[in-house]
Amino acid sequence: MAKSGGFKFDRRGVVAATLASVALVACGETPGGSEGTIVAASVDGAVEKPNLKLGFIKLTDMAPLAIAKEKGYFAEEGLNVTLEPQANWKVLLDGVIGGQLDGAHMLAGQPLAATIGYGTKADLIAPLSLDLNGNAITLSNKVWDMVKADLPKGADGKPIHPISAEVLKPVVDSFEAQGKPFNMGMVFPVSTHNYEIRYWLAAGGLKPGYYSDGDVQGVIDADVKLSVTPPPQMPATLEAGTIEGYCVGEPWNQAAVFKKIGVPVITDDQIWNDNPEKVFGLREDFAEKYPATTAAMLRAIIKAQQWLDADGGANRAEAVEILSRPNYVGADAEVIAASMTGVFTFEPGDTRKAEGFNIFFERYAGYPYYSDAIWYLTQMRRWGQIASDRNDQWYFDTAKAVYRPDLYLAAANKLVEDGVIPAESVPETDGYRGEQKGFIDGIAYDGSKPNDYLAKFPIGLKAGDTVTAAGVSGS
Amino acid sequence: MATVFADTDPAAQPSSPASETSSPPPAPEGNVKARVEENAPAEPSPLALKIRSVATGLVWPIIGIAAFIGLWAALAPQVNTSLGTLPGPVEVIEAGIGLYDEYSAAKEAEAAFYTQQTANNEAAIAAGNPGAVRDFTYAGPPTFLDQIITSLETVALGFFLATVFAVPIGLMAGLSTRFNAAINPLVQIMKPVSPLAWLPIVTMVISAMITSADPLLPKAFVISALVVMLCSLWPTLINTAVGTSSIDKDLLNVGKVLRLGWFDKLTKLVLPASLPYIFTGMRLSLGVGWMVLIAAEMLAQNPGLGKFVWDEFQNGSSQSLSRIMFAVVIIGLIGFLLDRAMMALQAMVSKNRTV
Repeated sequence: MAKSGGFKFDRRGVVAATLASVALVACGETPGGSEGTIVAASVDGAVEKPNLKLGFIKLTDMAPLAIAKEKGYFAEEGLNVTLEPQANWKVLLDGVIGGQLDGAHMLAGQPLAATIGYGTKADLIAPLSLDLNGNAITLSNKVWDMVKADLPKGADGKPIHPISAEVLKPVVDSFEAQGKPFNMGMVFPVSTHNYEIRYWLAAGGLKPGYYSDGDVQGVIDADVKLSVTPPPQMPATLEAGTIEGYCVGEPWNQAAVFKKIGVPVITDDQIWNDNPEKVFGLREDFAEKYPATTAAMLRAIIKAQQWLDADGGANRAEAVEILSRPNYVGADAEVIAASMTGVFTFEPGDTRKAEGFNIFFERYAGYPYYSDAIWYLTQMRRWGQIASDRNDQWYFDTAKAVYRPDLYLAAANKLVEDGVIPAESVPETDGYRGEQKGFIDGIAYDGSKPNDYLAKFPIGLKAGDTVTAAGVSGS
Repeated sequence: MATVFADTDPAAQPSSPASETSSPPPAPEGNVKARVEENAPAEPSPLALKIRSVATGLVWPIIGIAAFIGLWAALAPQVNTSLGTLPGPVEVIEAGIGLYDEYSAAKEAEAAFYTQQTANNEAAIAAGNPGAVRDFTYAGPPTFLDQIITSLETVALGFFLATVFAVPIGLMAGLSTRFNAAINPLVQIMKPVSPLAWLPIVTMVISAMITSADPLLPKAFVISALVVMLCSLWPTLINTAVGTSSIDKDLLNVGKVLRLGWFDKLTKLVLPASLPYIFTGMRLSLGVGWMVLIAAEMLAQNPGLGKFVWDEFQNGSSQSLSRIMFAVVIIGLIGFLLDRAMMALQAMVSKNRTV
């Protein structure tokens, strides 16, 4: 490793120096006197703040950041980046808002919630989406044994996918009959995982509970009580019996398989095909103050995303080795590989192909679509985190304030210009994906009609509904 | 813990009655007893005495440690966790070696980084392009040694702040019964508050106070140090108060006769007389501070040994448990060394006591 490390340093150093000198010559045409000239703050200018600290949570979808650092993409852009693991999403969010972190691997809901003032109020933006898919829902062995017999089986004797949450209904009823709550874990009130597990439960006829104004528990009128646990502690919490299942990103579902403490039953790709996952989040004032730095960070991350998906996943094995280092995800390499290399293990012995399980670059994974932001906002309203109705325009405006395809395009188009990424990898779009039909309950989503979409759900707040501690009341 | 080590060092005696302000000043009996114990085994021959002291001083601790390691090695494989069996002593030593290897690798990478940067800079200057000169500090992940150093720096700052804060208040409380009565309830209520309860408050206050983009000290460092201070100042404060209030009244009367001003009274009478107590308190404070620091670092993810332990817990790899155990051993050793250092300081101060 030491040898190849030395080689890498050589190569990246040379590339960085070459690029930097090319950039400077191109800008000034006065290489000798460029020391004194101040390059105007623009996205293609000199990096204003080269020393950066970025936060992440120990999940495989932080891979673009680790790769951008380890493969020298940050260095190529003239950035000196420290990556720091954070204990949980709250610590990470406070770090970004407080300025200890310059940016972070974030839940898509976090910059949205911060901007609309749900939780800590702050102006955060998401100029880039880090990946598609990558989560799954795991049940404890106990619950799995209770539902296993009732699952419809295919010809090979394995359960037919996707598994509906309907199968949980008798289990939840039996828990209720014994006076015990049926608890499941997710990672943060505004996390993708919270909305995914709620979507899955509600699609199976189970009520996951509502949030009232000012309440962050979200267990009002709940069949299944959801609670927050930081991703890396999920397996330990499941093992301790505090929760009966959880929705979390990888490698913490595969960790349950390896530790033989639980069984993943459904991936988020099966709940919503190619759903947008984590984003790269930072403060709006940071992006305004340091436009070139922001663009440089985005370019480095886009290059890393391309590397991760290049040649049909040829680099994934190397990515797994990098992620398994203790300062990144740190889980055993075989656990990380179990979801990063095109397969996904459900029960032991039931490993299925899952090429789309995590996508970093293909299918425009990096582009921050407004419609993705609006989907998250509709789910916040569906479960009461947004306390009262908002008109469609509010959804569009909020999405535009937080999701910043302009910044993404500035970085991506520069890379296209330089021939680093192909032109067809950058979408031509108005920011709306159009009607999407890949949901487990068959309800189509059209980002341009958020209120119509909300009206389609059998379980969830409707126009005029408000939530109090006593329950949901219509107008 | 302090009382155990007190046996080997008579100067540490004030530590036992010192944790309560409300209790009367420690009677001199403790010291008398210690002296008696020291003198007691004088009857047998000097050689036998020597052997016996070597036996108790060296042989028994070795037997104790060996028995512990033996039990550990025998019992650890019986405990099954989801990360495999509990690591025994051998695995923990291997984890230590692994951490050292990682440290060496990190140093190599760092050296390579700087060599490369210098080479690039020279190349850039040679090419007439000084704008491309980079002066970055290496941004690699912190090694285990870095975490130890960060923790020691944090505890040092916290402990320093605690001492600076606690000793004057303790002196005032010892000299004035009214002041003592006024702060006593506050001290009694604040003393048992866990560091974990202080942490959110300190975090929010410091985050609001330090607003500069590039502060002198990193926020996380200040937060940890302040939490250490808040939790560790009480033993020093209480011991200082007890030490000050237990000065021989005759001495104070002599001071009155000599018409000493309050400053002379403080520096010539009060401080020298209460120094052993102050140092006992400081020793207890440092012990508390070290324990608190690890907890604060774990919870707030401030750099240091606590974060190392928490990160490894979060990693949940097959290596994690043995690495955590190695860190636990190191935390214990450092705590022990800090205590010993304070004890030596305390003994030195007590010997020079003139009053």
